[in-house]
Amino acid sequence: MTATVSEKAGSRGDLPPVPDGAVTVALKVLRFNPEVDSEPRWETFNVPALPTDRVLNLLHYVKWYIDGTLTFRRSCAHGICGSDAMQVNGVNRLACKVLVKDLMAKGDKPTSITIAPIKGLPVNKDLLVDMEPFMEAFKAVKPFLITYGNEPTRERVQSAADRERFDDTTKCILCACCTTSCPVFWNEGSYFGPAAIVNAHRFIFDSRDEGAEERLDILNDAEGVWRCRTTFNCTDACPRGIQVTKAIQEVKRALLFRR
Amino acid sequence: MQFHKYDVVIVGAGGAGMRAAIESGSRARTAVLTKLYPTRSHTGAAQGGMCAALANVEEDNWEWHTFDTIKGGDYLVDQDAAEIMAKEAIDAVLDLEKMGLPFNRTPEGRIDQRRFGGHTRNHGEAAVRRACYAADRTGHMILQTLYQNCVKQGIEFFNEFYVLDICMTETDNGPVCTGAVAYELATGEIHVFQAKAVVFATGGFGKVFKTTSNAHTLTGDGMGIVFRKGLPLEDMEFYQFHPTGLAGLGILLTEGARGEGAILRNASGERFMERYAPTIKDLAPRDIVARSMALEVLEGRGAGPNKDYVLLDCTHLGAEVLETKLPDITEFARTYLAVDPVTEPVPVYPTAHYAMGGIPTNVHGEALRDNDNVVPGLYAAGECACVSVHGANRLGTNSLLDINVFGRRAGIAAAEYAQGREHVELPENPTKVVNDQLELLLSEHGKERVADIRTELQATMDANASVYRTEETLKQALHDVQALKDRYAHIQVQDKGKRFNTDLLEAVELGFLLELAEVLVVGAIERKESRGGHAREDYPNRDDTNYMRHSMFYKQGDELKGEIRLDYKPVTFTRYKPMERKY
Repeated sequence: MTATVSEKAGSRGDLPPVPDGAVTVALKVLRFNPEVDSEPRWETFNVPALPTDRVLNLLHYVKWYIDGTLTFRRSCAHGICGSDAMQVNGVNRLACKVLVKDLMAKGDKPTSITIAPIKGLPVNKDLLVDMEPFMEAFKAVKPFLITYGNEPTRERVQSAADRERFDDTTKCILCACCTTSCPVFWNEGSYFGPAAIVNAHRFIFDSRDEGAEERLDILNDAEGVWRCRTTFNCTDACPRGIQVTKAIQEVKRALLFRR
Repeated sequence: MQFHKYDVVIVGAGGAGMRAAIESGSRARTAVLTKLYPTRSHTGAAQGGMCAALANVEEDNWEWHTFDTIKGGDYLVDQDAAEIMAKEAIDAVLDLEKMGLPFNRTPEGRIDQRRFGGHTRNHGEAAVRRACYAADRTGHMILQTLYQNCVKQGIEFFNEFYVLDICMTETDNGPVCTGAVAYELATGEIHVFQAKAVVFATGGFGKVFKTTSNAHTLTGDGMGIVFRKGLPLEDMEFYQFHPTGLAGLGILLTEGARGEGAILRNASGERFMERYAPTIKDLAPRDIVARSMALEVLEGRGAGPNKDYVLLDCTHLGAEVLETKLPDITEFARTYLAVDPVTEPVPVYPTAHYAMGGIPTNVHGEALRDNDNVVPGLYAAGECACVSVHGANRLGTNSLLDINVFGRRAGIAAAEYAQGREHVELPENPTKVVNDQLELLLSEHGKERVADIRTELQATMDANASVYRTEETLKQALHDVQALKDRYAHIQVQDKGKRFNTDLLEAVELGFLLELAEVLVVGAIERKESRGGHAREDYPNRDDTNYMRHSMFYKQGDELKGEIRLDYKPVTFTRYKPMERKY
């Protein structure tokens, strides 16, 4: 793997003025464009950054002023849409939810931040990965309300306690931070992965749902919950603070104690 | 070039697009083309709730909701459409619940409801609890629930397909929409989708402003495409500024916070909304609250070292309410401003939020060609459309309602139109516009950076076409936007590749932003009155004699710098006479 420091700075004309209080951050990005690269390569960009900047701002700086070919997904920029999952200094994060101040080197040392795509999904270009295998696993667990019989005219009644039972797993934004932090998923891509199980949990523990058995059968499969080794990477990675490992354990328990 | 044939093609997979797909998909062969993966859409960023007069927690009825919507919109609302929306709101919420949406519940297990700005009991007596909600992630839950039901139904999605043009065929009965042309981001390939009906649900264009709650991807693509076809846009001068954006960042903090009791204060701690809206105070509609905040700052009562924001005080709500009913905004304040709402007030300032205007439609979602005629086969719903249920100022929660009620209606209407009809032939060379556009953008024809033009556009729009406007500031904005259009002719796209060329995508998006910014400014200059979200310092009063009418904008010619022709459309009244708007 090659590594270069970009000499492209300024190739797109004058750079915008550096704001007061900015420090220079060495942003080291794992690049890969199959159209031109035979293998991934590291490229370093020197980027002026304020402590309050999101890492996403730094990537935008590179794309907008230094190298327009740098490719990543992003949309809402405040941790809700789930587009910009990537490895920031080796851990899965949303680039829009990590601030530079939390990555600053101590004392007078220069700050360096490494950015790489999330692991375990094919890289399409730079930080942009193929999400299809992830979405297929999600769809496989029947992530929708299953009911039988006639619908009530008004809303279904659900107690506040029953609603609370699955609150945590309704927060999932399908960013893939959890699934692509899981060592089992890295080694065995056929494993459903934490995100799919989280979304199964969201319905299995919803008192209105009647599809729990179907989903538990699916998750009892060889590629299902039993693959989980409880490493807690997923819980650490979740940008929504979901207790992912706990949810997986609850699904395992539901399987053990059913009938 | 690849070719596809469907009955109905839906463009956009946010709330409106997916609600339409759920209806259309069960009736006709349907494809959804979307620039983003469906769950990335900005519906997911909506927080506070979706209003419907369920009367689960106190007396309420849809007529009060209709009245509030019309008064909130400063009487520019088409009253027949508002009545439909308020009436169908009840089923729209119940439908979502049946699809699985996890609403917060009352102690009796019914859908819980909270207060929201401008929603009142008995025509303005007091705030009413009308907003159905799921913590402060109601939009997220709507987006997820709709996507889950699309998965359940097996709806066909073309993800990361960026629609750049529609196909219009001239017939004896005038122009008919016969399909859409899309750019596949993964491969750079052009796809033609022939369809009997096309539904636009492409969202807003908040990225014309710097300080905005909108996503980077909200660049008004759908409105821009339609406008470039010579079809009208309606009421584009009305843009909503949400009062409570995180100061300096624009990230949204839900009005639901004030619905739960949070209070806006100026530097001296005064609850200033008592002066501007004595009856419902902090729960006045957004245009009024945003102007009040801007005035506090202009008159030197702003907080902070530069006195340039006000404070949203949630400290008296307690940690429990914040953590359970407002957890996301609590986290936003902690993450992005390092402020803990449990113990300190949060710095806030208005943020560009929502386009009241858009592609004019009737109540079936059919797009209009002029004041009286529809474009057969073309539909629009959600923020990109203008029915008009929001008039000059949208009430909080009514956007989530709009996408569900009119997304559903557009989906049904498009599918029923397609049923039993043959495909109309595509126009000759349907990809020409797109091919020419992309070829030009990828050619070496200048050195202008997309980011520079966009940054300057956003700066002039924030400075000159924001909460308060004057003839002078608006003319400055118009001058700036036109100069930026000149520079756009010389932009450079650095990435020349076929694969996931997001550099090219941003260049295309900037073209739409420039187009729509100019329409907004032209409309704002011509509307010499203050109404709802359009506040002219030089014309501070509403002028019903001259301006009780919708604006209709038509692009002349094919050039980016083509003239804009302005026409007018009457407002539909049913039972509500315009009154002075007091809260």
